[in-house]
Amino acid sequence: MSISIKVQTHDFSVGEQHNALCSDNKSDGAVVTFTGLVREFSSGDNVIALELEHYPGMTEQLLQSIAEQAQTRWQLARISIIHRVGYLALGEQIVFVGVTSRHRQAAFEGAQFIMDYLKNHATFWKKEHFKDSSNWVEFKQSDKQALNKWEK
Amino acid sequence: MAAGSETNLDNMNAAAGQVKVLFFGQLKERLKCDKLTVDIAQPLSIKAFKHMLVEQNPHWQAWLEERDVLCALNQTMSSSDELVKAGDELALFPPVTGG
Repeated sequence: MSISIKVQTHDFSVGEQHNALCSDNKSDGAVVTFTGLVREFSSGDNVIALELEHYPGMTEQLLQSIAEQAQTRWQLARISIIHRVGYLALGEQIVFVGVTSRHRQAAFEGAQFIMDYLKNHATFWKKEHFKDSSNWVEFKQSDKQALNKWEK
Repeated sequence: MAAGSETNLDNMNAAAGQVKVLFFGQLKERLKCDKLTVDIAQPLSIKAFKHMLVEQNPHWQAWLEERDVLCALNQTMSSSDELVKAGDELALFPPVTGG
């Protein structure tokens, strides 16, 4: 089993990530990947860019721990998590989660579990930049509710 | 009596020291501070530690004591009852918004 965790300013290639999950992998029949993009989520002013900051050290530990928790619940042979920080323009890739498993159900659920826990626990903070102003994004209750399905 | 006092003094000295404090996100911006080093004489709860910061910086009260502030002690999420000791790293920040 392998886990790869990266917090970085530069962009990533989903193709390269996908290839790494598949290469020399004869035991897994399923690969599920999720890519998050910067979108204009505020009503009113249009978001021009996002600024992301994190808690170096703690963030990587938390992501590692989330991946390990996922591996205790599902048979996920390979997990790759990438989260970007710094300034990101509209439409840019911000987060990647890729997992492999023998069967699709575990891969789908594992990837979703990782994203749900990442959104609730990983120490990142987002700021939206508009044309003339900026605003810190508030935590969303809907993200917290997303955890309910895993805590049964 | 004298020996006892010395022991207490030794304990006090061992417990005294510096705590590294980090702020992130909106909290960092509002406080206009990303990190600071605070001397403590003995271990105290995170809640008491935050109160001490507010006493030193009264205009921080609305942000440290009235808002929803999360704490991580030595990079582990912690409740405000946990003890801060010399040499610790305490991070204070708003709810996370990554992903």
